[in-house]
Amino acid sequence: MYDIIIIGGGAAGLSAAKEAYDPSLKILIIEREAQLGGILRQCIHNGFGIHKYNLELTGPEYAEKTHQLLGDLDIEVMMKSTVVDIIKDTDFDLTVMNEEQGEFHLHAKAIIIASGCYEKTRSQILLPGDRPAGIMTAGNAQRYLNIDGYMVGKKVFILGSGDIGLIMARRMTLEGASVLGVAELMPYSNGLTRNIAQCLDDFDIPLYLSHTVTDIVGKERLEKIVITEVDASYNPIPGTEKTFEVDTLLLSVGLVPDIQMFESLRFNTSPITKGAVVDQHLQTSVEGCFACGNALHVHDLVDWVSEESEKAGRFAKMYVKNELTKADVQSVEPGENVRYVLPQRFDFENQDDTVQFSLRTTLKAEKGTFKVYQGDDLILEKKARHLAPAEMEHIKISKDQLKTRDAIRISLEVFS
Amino acid sequence: MSKRSMICIVCPVGCHLEVDEQTLEVTGNRCPRGDAYGKKELTDPRRMLTSTVKVNSQLQRRLPIKTTDDIPKGLLFKAMEEINKITVQVPVNTGDILLENILDTGVDIVSTMTLEK
Repeated sequence: MYDIIIIGGGAAGLSAAKEAYDPSLKILIIEREAQLGGILRQCIHNGFGIHKYNLELTGPEYAEKTHQLLGDLDIEVMMKSTVVDIIKDTDFDLTVMNEEQGEFHLHAKAIIIASGCYEKTRSQILLPGDRPAGIMTAGNAQRYLNIDGYMVGKKVFILGSGDIGLIMARRMTLEGASVLGVAELMPYSNGLTRNIAQCLDDFDIPLYLSHTVTDIVGKERLEKIVITEVDASYNPIPGTEKTFEVDTLLLSVGLVPDIQMFESLRFNTSPITKGAVVDQHLQTSVEGCFACGNALHVHDLVDWVSEESEKAGRFAKMYVKNELTKADVQSVEPGENVRYVLPQRFDFENQDDTVQFSLRTTLKAEKGTFKVYQGDDLILEKKARHLAPAEMEHIKISKDQLKTRDAIRISLEVFS
Repeated sequence: MSKRSMICIVCPVGCHLEVDEQTLEVTGNRCPRGDAYGKKELTDPRRMLTSTVKVNSQLQRRLPIKTTDDIPKGLLFKAMEEINKITVQVPVNTGDILLENILDTGVDIVSTMTLEK
């Protein structure tokens, strides 16, 4: 019997493990790959760790640094092993598989879900046309290129302006491919502004906003794609078609928390984040089950993944040491112009001195003010600039700002 | 007098800068690093470069690398040619120098991953 089992050995799992550690506790990390570090190992570009470590690191360097912080702490790691199911009786019963032991069971008092996210594929966005080879997610192409050493194509088009797509536009260009353009359905980019500048503008790669792929042509291998401009309701406008002869189409159209293997636990999930609903301790609706990182909601910076996951580790430790008492939980609601707020639940019984809320807006705005309400009472205002759905915002609320135990609502007022 | 607009890439905030092409005066920046970036972008634009090189590891076929500092933007593709000539033997550590003074820039190419086997 373990005290805590952490599922996933990437930035989230490693950060959670560091804070969950206690000499009296038995802790295990389960990782499906042969090495720790998760997706960071293929993100060879730099820009990681500016907030967390005040350094500009590459992905592999950030992973290594996070791993090193564990030092010689007595934390068990099980590599090349996959969790296929978890049920909760009095404790958690995990069905695990690996090459050496086949299928077996492990038990834990608490679990931390740190399994990251997956990329939406062609079948999830219903792309019309033929089904030739040469169409894949940007992250898959990144893995083939940066770990396995395969160039996936010579003439490339990218659908979706998510950060991985932008990073791959630059990467493929530097490796000798010609990247003919990036199409984005929305009227604004879904990636960080600096990535538009340093990945597209630097290499004169055009960005087609309010455009989508409307046809795919190719028998064995992709031969050409057609993109079309869309109107305000995202319907293609006839007569605006452009054709590109390409052998590769990379998709960077969204990331989704990878939590399918936890279905049997039946914790509440959010239709917006597609991850678990949690309280400020990162605890799901199933007692003792915690979630963090991209498995909880997709982050734009790994720095925030580490911060959130450290919290999940700390609270999981408190839980197994019986320091988290019975909860008095109220909801946290997104108000006007706010897409989601996390945590979605607030436990008034076990309060820290401050609680940090992560949120995303529904729109792009130069300036705005976040307003935090309890009932009709405005308890906090925070000004913010350069707001965009692609950039996560944070609001800290201290214990004494919460006057009642009423539900919390956060909205955004935009000045035009 | 003409001004060049650009997005600052120093940090994820991404300030919208305007730089006067004659006086090199920078506006729109929110920190001194943006001022320096704006001036440099007009006089001597530079970029960090990251890529991968061949490695004889049992775990993976490519080793990630980076430049130890930014290099002139115009040298990126030439630098890629030099980087693609490198083959690394394991064990290799993060920070190991794989190529010194690439294209006489004074900048080295270093490993960004540790591979023991």
